[in-house]
Amino acid sequence: MPSRNLSAIRRLLDEVGPVDPTGIEERVAKYGTRSVKKAAKVFGLNLAVSMVDLTTLEGKDTPGKVASLCQKALHPHQGLDCPTTAAVCVYPAMVKHAAKIVKGTEVKIASVATAFPSGQAPLKTRLAEVKAAVADGADEIDMVINRGAFLAGELSLVQDEIASVLEACGAATLKVILETSELETYDNIRAASFLAMQVLRPGDFIKTSTGKTSANATLGNNQVMLEAIRDFYLSTGTEIAMKPAGGIRTAKQALTFLIAVKETLGDAWLNNQRYRFGASGLLNDLLRQLVKEKTGCYQAPYHFSESASSY
Amino acid sequence: MSAKRTKSPARELLFGDLWEFDPAPESANPYIDPRYGLFINGKFGAPKSRKYFDSINPGNEEKLTEIALAGEADVNAAYEAAAAAFTPWSKLPGAERGKYLYRIARLLQDRSREFAVAETIDGGKPIKESRDFDLPMAAAHFFYHAGWADKLDYVTPGRTLAPLGVVGQVIPWNFPLLMLAWKIAPALATGNTVVLKPAETTSITALKFATILRDAGLPPGVVNIVTGAGETGKAVVTHPLAAKVAFTGSTAVGKWIQHAIAGSGKKLTLELGGKAANIVFDDAPLDQAVEGIVNGIFFNQGHVCCAGSRLLVQESIADAVVSKLKIRLRSLRVGDPLDKNTDIGAINSKQQLEKIQGLVESGVSEGAELYQPSCSLPKKGFYFPPTLFSEVSQSHRIANEEIFGPVLSIMTFRTPSEAIEKANNTPYGLSAGIWSDKGSRVLKMASELRAGVVWANTFNKFDPTSPFGGFKESGFGREGGKQGLLEYSNLI
Repeated sequence: MPSRNLSAIRRLLDEVGPVDPTGIEERVAKYGTRSVKKAAKVFGLNLAVSMVDLTTLEGKDTPGKVASLCQKALHPHQGLDCPTTAAVCVYPAMVKHAAKIVKGTEVKIASVATAFPSGQAPLKTRLAEVKAAVADGADEIDMVINRGAFLAGELSLVQDEIASVLEACGAATLKVILETSELETYDNIRAASFLAMQVLRPGDFIKTSTGKTSANATLGNNQVMLEAIRDFYLSTGTEIAMKPAGGIRTAKQALTFLIAVKETLGDAWLNNQRYRFGASGLLNDLLRQLVKEKTGCYQAPYHFSESASSY
Repeated sequence: MSAKRTKSPARELLFGDLWEFDPAPESANPYIDPRYGLFINGKFGAPKSRKYFDSINPGNEEKLTEIALAGEADVNAAYEAAAAAFTPWSKLPGAERGKYLYRIARLLQDRSREFAVAETIDGGKPIKESRDFDLPMAAAHFFYHAGWADKLDYVTPGRTLAPLGVVGQVIPWNFPLLMLAWKIAPALATGNTVVLKPAETTSITALKFATILRDAGLPPGVVNIVTGAGETGKAVVTHPLAAKVAFTGSTAVGKWIQHAIAGSGKKLTLELGGKAANIVFDDAPLDQAVEGIVNGIFFNQGHVCCAGSRLLVQESIADAVVSKLKIRLRSLRVGDPLDKNTDIGAINSKQQLEKIQGLVESGVSEGAELYQPSCSLPKKGFYFPPTLFSEVSQSHRIANEEIFGPVLSIMTFRTPSEAIEKANNTPYGLSAGIWSDKGSRVLKMASELRAGVVWANTFNKFDPTSPFGGFKESGFGREGGKQGLLEYSNLI
């Protein structure tokens, strides 16, 4: 058993400042009252489409399923002039299958590595997984932090592991998943954000969650992380990107998250180099709303490809 | 690495027009009549004075309607109607009075969109505030007091509450409908009848409220609404039939009323001005404190008697707080009050705008440092950008006088006792805020601040169950909660 060294988290919090849960939730509730209409709505929906990391992370994933997902990422909807998604996000074993289709296009290949979602494998194994995914063609690696070490107060271990994964990534972009529901408090989320950002390169991401636990991205944890990114940028000049993942299913939700970005980090973060959505079902709701804005009518779900709930 | 204490160099966030929102005006019809009479004895009627005055929309300076100017004879008629209605109304079983109050509350909810639009175009406050704050709170006050109406025997053990008679009520222009609810709901619950005068710039929702009273079937004369300016108010507060006077407004007028009715035996409650201190300690959650500071001073364009208009920030974090505040101000949206995305609407009147401008000029000439984010204000209407003053000291006018506008004066302190001393160094004592992660410090501060309401790690929170009122020149008496009921009754 490692010794519990809570003072390390305490010290980090003293440095980066605490978060008041009531206050942050009150702040984010205001984003939901913004009214986005007409051209602003179409702009927001297209922006959201361009930010989607279209994801399939299931035990039953097959090369065929991944191929289908890649086509959806490239051609979200026939008859709609909308951007491609930012990336497809798959398990390492599926990277080479995705590469056949999207390599050389605008759509990037992201792969969850480091014994996703638990991260409970020896570091050596995790690093090998990252290297394999990158060798197969992954442009981006979504890693999980060692939450056990974080909660046990071994902050330098957490940070060293992130640094090792970063090294294994080579040129690939790194996204660091904090798994906010396991960190539980906003204080911990803020502390973990700084811990990660301190070793990341400009353009690397911090990400809320794996989507594999009961609670995923919320406006609250998104806001805590956006404010951490803002504070880190203003004090160091390093621009870190952000990816909420899991739980964002509707266009309305996505627009609300984007308003949080607009009002917290400003225009420089309103692009898919700086902000992503880890989602699957979200894409079709965005498309549904875009078609509605274009034609004035809502289409039935079966008008949209890949609308099965499984992806 | 240290986000909190490092001064930010030239790095800037860009809050530009990459994703500009389209206008999103609230389109509900406010149903405003072209002309309003006086609501006396359950009916609208022409004033005996035969005079009317215009009510304009401060958001675009267009005329909305004409409103009757009540003279002394009209006020007298209102008091006579209220006096005649008093005996049957006060003899009604509490449960029956409660039914009327519930009905009023539900009708307000039913018509909340219409009322919200009326409140916004009449007073200039952003639609999201009238929709999400004023209307729900006004209904909540009627619901809360409806519950009390049949439980007056249980307010104080072994005693019960007897009504006073006719109460004269004069309310301000910053929360027209909500202040009406604060005044009328407890008065009716305890069995009194009412003569109410709304502010001359914001009478519309009170007059629309009269139609709710009619729809609720409230007996004629129980509530009478007389409109007009200072002279009408004077007639209302000095009328011999008034058993009690309740006033919310400026300290100067409050003092005048207290003087005018001294020795008359009338009961009096005054809810007057404020210059609240919002105190931020170095261990506070800074982003949430900044949000609270913004909510404290820019809520309702700063037209709030308990607005956190003096920011006291611990010297060691002053730069960090001010720079975060400046960033936050850049995403506040100032403009058309009816737009659902507007955060700061129109100043209530030209007169108030001039007062704010005058005080801001005094701040500049006395050497305080002014910051206003660049924002384009509508050409027509009364608007003022959100304003911060740093380098303010206790002796500046902007640190002492109530500005009643979107203007924040920032001062610093070094120790908790200095914070207390500065916070209490004002003739006012309505509210205060404390921001700290340390519970024991919050409690100690709260007990030493001379203010009727102290908020910890939040600001401008209201609830019908919570008594509200001031210390010192912020007035006396409490509104809301059990304490508020006692102000409208005799304990027997």
